[in-house]
Amino acid sequence: MGKNIVELTGVNKIYGTNHVVKDLTLTVEEGEFLTLLGSSGCGKTTTLRMIAGFEEPTTGSIKVEGESIEEKEPYERDVNTVFQSYALFPHKTIYDNIAYGLKMKKVPKKEIAERVKEMMELVQLEGFEKRYPNQLSGGQKQRVAIARALINRPKVLLLDEPLGALDLKLRKQMQLELKRLQKKLNITFIYVTHDQEEALTMSDRIAIMHDGVMDQIATPTEIYEHPATKFVATFIGETNIFEGMAKIVDGDTITIGIENGDITGCGADFAAGEFITVSVRPEKMKYSYEPVDGFSIAARIVDYIYVGNIVKCVAELPNKTQVKIERLAGEEIPAIGDVVCLYWNKEDAVLIHNLDNRFYQAVENAVFA
Amino acid sequence: MTKHKFKSKTLPAISMVGPVTIWLLVFVAAPLVYVFIMSFCGLDEFYNVSYHFTLNNYKRLADSNYVNIYLHSLVIALTTTVVCILLAYPFAYIIARTKSKKKNLLYMLVIIPFWTNSLIRIYGWRSLLGTNGWVNTFLMNLHLISEPIDFLYKQGTTIFGMVYCLFPFMVLPLYTAIEKLDGSLLEASADLGAKGPKTFFNVILPLTSGGIFSGSIMVFIPCLGYFFVADILGGGNSDVIGNLVERQFQSGNNWPLGAALSIILILVTLILVKIYQKLGGDMDSLGV
Repeated sequence: MGKNIVELTGVNKIYGTNHVVKDLTLTVEEGEFLTLLGSSGCGKTTTLRMIAGFEEPTTGSIKVEGESIEEKEPYERDVNTVFQSYALFPHKTIYDNIAYGLKMKKVPKKEIAERVKEMMELVQLEGFEKRYPNQLSGGQKQRVAIARALINRPKVLLLDEPLGALDLKLRKQMQLELKRLQKKLNITFIYVTHDQEEALTMSDRIAIMHDGVMDQIATPTEIYEHPATKFVATFIGETNIFEGMAKIVDGDTITIGIENGDITGCGADFAAGEFITVSVRPEKMKYSYEPVDGFSIAARIVDYIYVGNIVKCVAELPNKTQVKIERLAGEEIPAIGDVVCLYWNKEDAVLIHNLDNRFYQAVENAVFA
Repeated sequence: MTKHKFKSKTLPAISMVGPVTIWLLVFVAAPLVYVFIMSFCGLDEFYNVSYHFTLNNYKRLADSNYVNIYLHSLVIALTTTVVCILLAYPFAYIIARTKSKKKNLLYMLVIIPFWTNSLIRIYGWRSLLGTNGWVNTFLMNLHLISEPIDFLYKQGTTIFGMVYCLFPFMVLPLYTAIEKLDGSLLEASADLGAKGPKTFFNVILPLTSGGIFSGSIMVFIPCLGYFFVADILGGGNSDVIGNLVERQFQSGNNWPLGAALSIILILVTLILVKIYQKLGGDMDSLGV
């Protein structure tokens, strides 16, 4: 790891009036498992297709191993794709499907036979050589699709929601298997998915895309614990969002006034008067029957949901905003109807510059610069 | 679960299938049987059909003059089919794969002539291609040629007319086959290192061969019988089997011989369709 293998710089993709990918800059390191995560229509698949060569970026550059590839046709690029629909050739046997890439490169027959055999072992499909794709199950087709791409020893393997069509159990199993393959072969994977759990399980790093913009790129832990934007905070896992204005900035302790009272959090680089979005995970929420220093939000417990090992408690603020509190089953929880003071360790709150604020600043900078 | 006996609350089954059966018996089976019987009949001295059994009609079919026309027919039909494939494939490919909004318009360009009687369209070509036709007049007025070109009454013209008439029958099954082709297969092929022509021969062609096959059947068979094209454009110089049948029923006034020829034509058709089915062809795409 360490060397950059894929570099996207200022990539834009515009279809007519539809700006699908906005000014994307992204580097992928060699041997890395990078996931592009986002809901449908966020531009993640388009980004993948641009790297594969099926789409041309409107502006910007794409480099693989330092070499610009925008002008290259898909068949000239050292990357291979695993398609969402598998895209296996229905009229060819599994053997011929897997051998396709090598045949196109005119690799000697003997070598093809050896490499196909090796690949079939790797994806545990020995004995399926003479079958046709329609005789295989979804999971098996998936393995063929992966083998067909990997046999070309690509520098980067692009995977477009490859597990989307599988049922939950098989999906979990394939997730682990893909991760195993990736580690074993040490090939860079760029993986597109809308499933946050899948992303968290498999990735070395996750790039979260939203409306064509990459909001954050970081390790799964970093993404979960320090989301950079409100979208990332709400998209990954469950969270409670409070929006307000910084009232007192005391070193890195910031007291924020929200509609229902005051809350406290930790953060550098915030000024009094700034709009701030605060995200607190349900498991970090605390409650007390006594007032807590720095906090003045009271809530009434209205409901709780039992989910096996976890109990979710729903508290309601005076303005009807619902706040989730999560506890392990067996831990003490307040009773329905109780009025409690909500608080948290100020380090557990994630403070995010509010977008509106950014907008005001941008205007201000533009006017006074 | 107890066994249920299906009881129709509506009409009994026979009343639903009955009309169709009667229809088919009267309008398809009966005429065919009549033609079949007639093919074994002879003629009396006034050239009326006389109902006595004879194999003479079939014996006459082996006459070398007839055999020449059969072979000639096959050549015309085969050439027409090949020309149709070569012309229709790129055309069908473009209208099936285009992302343009004009897709439907292009499709209609094939369908609309299809709705006009082909006899009339062929007469149209005759007036275009005739010695004093528009094409010759136009070329002469431009002084590109000094004498009119003899377009008509040649085998090439007959084939041209056949291709013109039967082109939609080739385009439609090809269009269906090509449209069904999953675009991601083409991307996968390119992704795995295949350039355009390799993708075409390895992926596109094998996956659309069904369409080529149905189209060929739908062009080849009518081609053997489209006597009016051979008559109007070929002027008797390039007859197909259909001309022989037509002539025996009309000017030749030998219905039993015409019937025997028809039976042969029907047999050829059946054999071709059977081969098509054996090779895995889809009967629905023939419109049968």
